[in-house]
Amino acid sequence: MRQAQPTGGTDRAPGPTAPPAYMACGVKKIYGEGRSAVHALRGVDLEIPTGEIVVLLGPSGSGKSTLLNILGGLDRATEGTVSFRDTCLSALDDAGLTLYRRRHVGFVFQFYNLMPSLTATENVELVTEIARDPMAPEDALALVGLSARADHFPAQLSGGEQQRVAIARAVAKRPEVLLCDEPTGALDSATGRAVLSVLRDVNAELGTTVLMVTHAASTAGMADRVLHFADGHIRDVVINDTRLDPAEIEW
Amino acid sequence: MVSPLDRKLLRDLARMKGQAVAIGAVIGTGVLMLVMMTGLVASLTETRDAYYDRYRLADVFAPVSRAPERLAGDLAAIPGVSAVQTRVTGRALVDIAGAALPAQAQAVSLPDRGRSALNDIYLTDGRLPEHGRPDEILLLEAFADAHGLGPGDVLAATMNGARRSFRIVGLAQSPEFLYTTPPGELYPDDARFGVIWMSRSALAAAYDMEGAFNEALLALSRTARKAAVIDAADRLLAAHGGTGAYARAEQISNRFISEEIAGLAVSARTVPPIFLAVAAFLLNIVVGRMVQAEREEIGLLKAFGYTDAEVGAHYFKLVLAIAAGGALAGCLGGVVLGRAMVEVYTAFFKFPFLVFRLDPAAFATGVLVSVAAASAGGLLVVRRVFALAPAEAMRPPAPPDYSRSARFRRLGRLLDQPSRMVLRRIVRQPIRMGGAALGIASGMALSVAMLAIYEGFDETVDLTFGVVDRSDVTVTFTHAVSDKTLFELGRMEGVARVEPVRHVAAILSHGLDSHRGAITGLPPDAALYRALDAGGGPIPLPERGLVLSRTLADVLGVEAGQALSVDVREGRQPVLDLPVAAITETLVGAPAYMALDALNRALREPGRVSGAHLTIDSARADAIFARLQDMPTVAGVSRKDDARAAIVRLMDSGAGATRYVMGAIAFVITFGVVYNAARIALAERTRDLAALRVMGFTRGEAAFVLLGELAVVTLVALPAGAAIGYALSFAIASGFSTELYQIPAGIDRASFGQAALVVLGAALVSGLLVKRDLDRTDLIGVLKTRE
Repeated sequence: MRQAQPTGGTDRAPGPTAPPAYMACGVKKIYGEGRSAVHALRGVDLEIPTGEIVVLLGPSGSGKSTLLNILGGLDRATEGTVSFRDTCLSALDDAGLTLYRRRHVGFVFQFYNLMPSLTATENVELVTEIARDPMAPEDALALVGLSARADHFPAQLSGGEQQRVAIARAVAKRPEVLLCDEPTGALDSATGRAVLSVLRDVNAELGTTVLMVTHAASTAGMADRVLHFADGHIRDVVINDTRLDPAEIEW
Repeated sequence: MVSPLDRKLLRDLARMKGQAVAIGAVIGTGVLMLVMMTGLVASLTETRDAYYDRYRLADVFAPVSRAPERLAGDLAAIPGVSAVQTRVTGRALVDIAGAALPAQAQAVSLPDRGRSALNDIYLTDGRLPEHGRPDEILLLEAFADAHGLGPGDVLAATMNGARRSFRIVGLAQSPEFLYTTPPGELYPDDARFGVIWMSRSALAAAYDMEGAFNEALLALSRTARKAAVIDAADRLLAAHGGTGAYARAEQISNRFISEEIAGLAVSARTVPPIFLAVAAFLLNIVVGRMVQAEREEIGLLKAFGYTDAEVGAHYFKLVLAIAAGGALAGCLGGVVLGRAMVEVYTAFFKFPFLVFRLDPAAFATGVLVSVAAASAGGLLVVRRVFALAPAEAMRPPAPPDYSRSARFRRLGRLLDQPSRMVLRRIVRQPIRMGGAALGIASGMALSVAMLAIYEGFDETVDLTFGVVDRSDVTVTFTHAVSDKTLFELGRMEGVARVEPVRHVAAILSHGLDSHRGAITGLPPDAALYRALDAGGGPIPLPERGLVLSRTLADVLGVEAGQALSVDVREGRQPVLDLPVAAITETLVGAPAYMALDALNRALREPGRVSGAHLTIDSARADAIFARLQDMPTVAGVSRKDDARAAIVRLMDSGAGATRYVMGAIAFVITFGVVYNAARIALAERTRDLAALRVMGFTRGEAAFVLLGELAVVTLVALPAGAAIGYALSFAIASGFSTELYQIPAGIDRASFGQAALVVLGAALVSGLLVKRDLDRTDLIGVLKTRE
């Protein structure tokens, strides 16, 4: 069920000839001031092609989550420019960033961040409500294999199920990019593999560009492209010729 | 379809229902008070006016010694007069079975045929006296009830010196006698003053008034000029001993009623806004902290691309649901309670029916203030969260920097870890803790202020009857008599001491302001009844001139050194110019004092007294009362204990009664505030407490961290609450003070102690409730989610 209609301000045109999803140039992020200042990013340049699965790998504090937040419009770079397609994110004000997130980006977090007071379906509806061309919430839940649990509250779901609801919620609006911050970080290996499979399926079926932050090196096998982070820099970029099936990943 | 955000809203409300109800209750009680008090005032005013209207209460009363009936036509011809009713009234003493003192009564004539054109009566039982049956009377219902009398009973009364026997054929009420005050006394007493209605011909015979009247009642047309009518009536009646016509506003019963309603109106204007302001302030704090706890969800919604306006609207709805829900519940409660209070007051004022009115402005004010206060509290925090990048908002706030509290290290070493946690949190977050303490302090302040008001009422009574009036018995003479009469009283066996007093009825005026009252003349060495100021110190009475109470001076807009025009309403009715020598704070009534000699000199009536204060041997009281009753110059005798009971009854059932309802509301708010503080502390610290439990701390040890904080905040709040309460008590006391009595503000140690106990009790109960919630929480589960 591949969808190719334009859904956002930018045309969806996956494939090697499509413009890159993200371009970043000289991105720096400094938290705090003076002596207590923390340099989370010390100058990052990158280009992420549309339709790839990209894994951001590195130890804690290496800057990968910070970059993900900046790419997702959750935070701003202190210096440098970041563009999504032909939109310069650095130039957007808060309202612009909000609109950008609303139209183009799906988020998946380590701790699911489901609204405890809403059922699985309602959590998905929270996003489809404000999207321009969303899937039906039931379809999104079917995509992550949770149709049977649609009316359960988060407290009634296992960790893996909660994370799948979070993914369903993120993809239900058919985002161009899906940003995942340690999506398997709180899960055991079997559940973690299942979640990664769902991400792979989303990428394959919807053509969504997937960026995934992780510190588990083994996850890198399923990616098209792996960015290795250290001390606020991208140390190197590895392009995989073949992607592993998540089921084959060593945990 | 209900949007998922709205469903979240409903479920969030259901989840936090305990907290939501506690918050709603705080603001709701504030609104309840406003709605109740304004409704009470509106209803009583409306009911009084309707009663006056239906029973045609006169606009002008014109007493006269003896005027021929033909003058009625002349009075009716005065421009602006729409109706005239002449009548005969007289004083009577009524024998009461089993009582040593006879009760005093006013006899009032009814037309021989038909209804009275003005000052009609409302027959509550029995029938009207029949024409040609001079022994048939109606009795004032309240007086009859006080003595267990009813139709068919026989009543013995002395009229104009002659003792006669009457048959009661009915009971009645009248808008003219809602309040009945024995002569020479300030406060009403149903049992000691009654009204007898009988046919005009029978009463005229008893008082030698055939073909004549001694009071004319006038109704005015809408466009009439009252002052001109009064002047014209005075001119007509002057030759027949007119003592001065006066408007309804000066009529004694109406003055009491109006004064009471005015007192309620002042209370309604001043006290509920104070409560509402405190409640709104608390709502603001509480909602702010509640929204603060939602920070992660706000961040998440923003991450999804919800705009600030959408997220803001969502939380606004949450806050609105709680605040408006509380306010509406408050309105409803205010209507129910107000209605109940109106019925109590209707019985107290003896209105035969009740017109229930609500003040729509009170509803609007209540709901608006609640919503505004809550929104301000919520939006302030929402804005702060909006200012953060969503990535930051979704993370719990960075661990606060506790390094500054390192300077307490030496002290810290003396404490165990949990105590250090409590101490450091308080030191690190002084503003948040200060806010919590201030919240509790303002809640407590309401309790403190209300307890101070209770104390003030007691002080007024104690000062009046323990310090100002130290006599046992007060005797009132029929008119100003020679002071030699005092020797006669002093010679009675059992009378220990006699002191003269002279009350002179007069209209005091200064410029356009005037007050119908009396001047009280006291001897320089008075010991039984003294002119005292609010502090209990004696007021020196100068050689000449008046000493006015502050209340009266304010009514007249006069200051010491200025002169008053005193229109004496008895005897030769001179108009005097008297200087105001001093102004002093008093607690009861609105007195104007003068040295007895100076007063008599000014009146050119040396050696005259109108009454006496006595101390007596209580064993001989009955014999003394019997002797007094036989003296032709004695109009009334009152025991101080009766008078004291009358004022206490007035304070407990009149405008002053609302203080008990207000006190209850203050306690509810105080409790609500403390409970809210405890609940929010729990919400803010659940994760810390869970971590402690994971590390192996017991439930009790974990609870200590939470309750220790609550305890410290509460202790800090006590002195602050006392200080704020002290300040509030002045505003509330002035709201309760009327021309009838003044309530001193200020606070004694007992009130503070009681208020502190209320707060500590509330803290204890809240602590236990929160501890119960804490024990029920799946603390380990808390840690598994997020972060």
